Amino acid sequence: MIPLSWYLLLSAALFSLGVVGFLIKRNLITVFMSIELMLNGVNLSFVTFAHQWHLVKGQIFVFFVMVVAAAEAAVGLAIIIAIFRTRSTLAVDRIALMKL
Amino acid sequence: MNGHLYLWLIPVLPFAGFLLNGIFGARLPKGLVTAIALLAPLGALGVVVNAAMAVSGGSALPVVENYGAWINAGSLHVDFSFVLDQLSIVMLLVITGVGFLIHIYSAGYMAHEKGYWRYFAYLNLFLFFMTVLVLAGNALVMFVGWEGVGLASYLLIGFWFQKTSAADAGKKAFVVNRIGDFGFLIGIFLLLGTFGTLTFTDIAAKLAASPGMQGGIVTTIALCLLLGATGKSAQLPLYVWLPDAMEGPTPVSALIHAATMVTAGVYMIARTHAIYDRSPFAMMVVAIVGAATALFAATIALVQTDIKRVLAYSTVSQLGYMFLGCGVAAYSAAIFHLMTHAFFKALLFLAAGAVIHGMGGEQDLRKMGGLRKHMPITFWTMTVAVFTIAGFPPLAAFFSKDAILYAAFLQGTSGKVLWFVGLFTALLTAFYMFRLWYLAFLGKPRSPEVHAHESPWSMLGPLVILAVLSVGGGWMGAGRFGDFLSPAVGTKTVEAANSQLELILSIVAVVTALIGWFIADRLYRAKPERPEALAAAVSGPYTVLVHKYWVDELYGAVIVKPIFAISRFVLEWVVEFAILGGAAWLLAGSASFGGALLQRWQSGNLRSYAAWLAAGAAALLLFALVPWTSVLADMGIHLNAAGH
Repeated sequence: MIPLSWYLLLSAALFSLGVVGFLIKRNLITVFMSIELMLNGVNLSFVTFAHQWHLVKGQIFVFFVMVVAAAEAAVGLAIIIAIFRTRSTLAVDRIALMKL
Repeated sequence: MNGHLYLWLIPVLPFAGFLLNGIFGARLPKGLVTAIALLAPLGALGVVVNAAMAVSGGSALPVVENYGAWINAGSLHVDFSFVLDQLSIVMLLVITGVGFLIHIYSAGYMAHEKGYWRYFAYLNLFLFFMTVLVLAGNALVMFVGWEGVGLASYLLIGFWFQKTSAADAGKKAFVVNRIGDFGFLIGIFLLLGTFGTLTFTDIAAKLAASPGMQGGIVTTIALCLLLGATGKSAQLPLYVWLPDAMEGPTPVSALIHAATMVTAGVYMIARTHAIYDRSPFAMMVVAIVGAATALFAATIALVQTDIKRVLAYSTVSQLGYMFLGCGVAAYSAAIFHLMTHAFFKALLFLAAGAVIHGMGGEQDLRKMGGLRKHMPITFWTMTVAVFTIAGFPPLAAFFSKDAILYAAFLQGTSGKVLWFVGLFTALLTAFYMFRLWYLAFLGKPRSPEVHAHESPWSMLGPLVILAVLSVGGGWMGAGRFGDFLSPAVGTKTVEAANSQLELILSIVAVVTALIGWFIADRLYRAKPERPEALAAAVSGPYTVLVHKYWVDELYGAVIVKPIFAISRFVLEWVVEFAILGGAAWLLAGSASFGGALLQRWQSGNLRSYAAWLAAGAAALLLFALVPWTSVLADMGIHLNAAGH
């Protein structure tokens, strides 16, 4: 049996990778993927604890997170396409203004 | 306790008149405004007469009607209470009676005014506050009335507020009265601190219970109250507002600035006489203030040329007599003179108003003359008033003025001096009143182009009634009047009734008045060019009198100007520059500085936002997860004393 801490370490590693990617990457799509990475890191923690304590709540939370992430991905990608059409760039440094 | 006198109706009726006319007056027809305005004092007069009849039928005075607690804070208890005793009955009869007559007169005098409804609303408001003042069972309720009549006086003096002089006069009256009110307030605080109560009867009872209480604090209280009284009653040194108050409509001068409000100071001293009785020094001050004011104002009145100003200074002078009476503990004589003065001075003012009305607004005595033929009824009523104020028997003021002078004469050596001052003032009074009489009514018309006409009956009626009162108002005699008042104001201690001495003093007073008349007759009837020659001959004193001793100028230079300078300094440098300028600069500066600083944060850069977000999350985690108490404990820091 794989110990609990390994799962948690993996989860933390995934989350940290997501944070770092979110902070340092320039491309908006990569930033977006980093967010997914963080969400999935958290999800992994949820299922780990759910499995450990034999509680179903954690699993339900995971489903919720996945639903929200899917919705977010749909909206976010739409925004990204809109931005690319008007700005012809996806570098986050260039998209510093709210107005078009 | 007799709860069936409906004392509360006395002030409430005029107040209802004030509300009705004040709120709806502009839209009501003039007849209705008049009806409301006249019914209010008439109703109040009815209630007063009813109450007076009820108590004369054996029910014991004073009657106290308590309308509930006003202030209940710790040991301080003040009730809304009205008290009816002999003193307030006399005052109420004078106020509502003379007030009603002057309301009638006003209906004629003010008939063509635009602000007709406003005028009557103010007049009713005045009656409301004046009756509250007189009925008050404790000093605080009295203070409400006291301030209220000041307000009404201010509003009515400034009734023609489009005129700068009227607006200024109103302001002056208000400000000068505030100085007196300050003294009154301090007096109230001291009363509260000394006796723990403001109810007049309780104060008197506590004083009676401690016979050793004298001088010191009692004198201080008495002098503070006296300051209040000099403000309201236009005595030295605060008399300056009253002559200027003549800017108001003439009926207002008659009601407020002659008959009722200005006598509030005398009334207040009589009401708090228990305190004054314990302080011979304060009594002496009251007497000196009264005598000095009487003489001072009478000398100014000698040379005034404005008919209303002569009467104004005469009022100040007569109020001085009343203070003199209070100062020699002859309270009943002072109140007696207050009553007769209300009759004849109201009559004088109303007659002067009729003259001004008939002359088309002319107030200068030098332009009048020969009005006897044109205004016979005004002339005859005025004649009655002139002879009354000069002190000829058997007219009202003869009895009251004599009572005061007699009481002063009995007061030892200092009393003789006061008596002589009063007597000399009587001479001056007779002179300036007959001067006015000759200048206005006798001789030849000096401005023939003005066709003087007699006034309508709404104005002449009150004149005739007041003339009757001026004749007969004193017939009950000071002795009987004093007996009636004595339960309320106490009996004078030196009542060594010496009828022979009193008779001699009376004869002396009448002879003095005759001399005054004779001088006026020689100067103004026999040789009308003589006064100017005389004025030129003694130009020094004459100039002093014409300029009223330069008191206004003195106050202006010593008090008004420095206060203006200080105010201007505070306004321009403290308020405008330091507070407004400084605070505005500080606020604006810190806002823009803070904005400039925080603006860098709001860069619009997504990654910097993300970095702050992550940093914040990390900080929260750190705060939540690290066991700070034990970490600090390891470092030797304990967050609370009980911590381990």
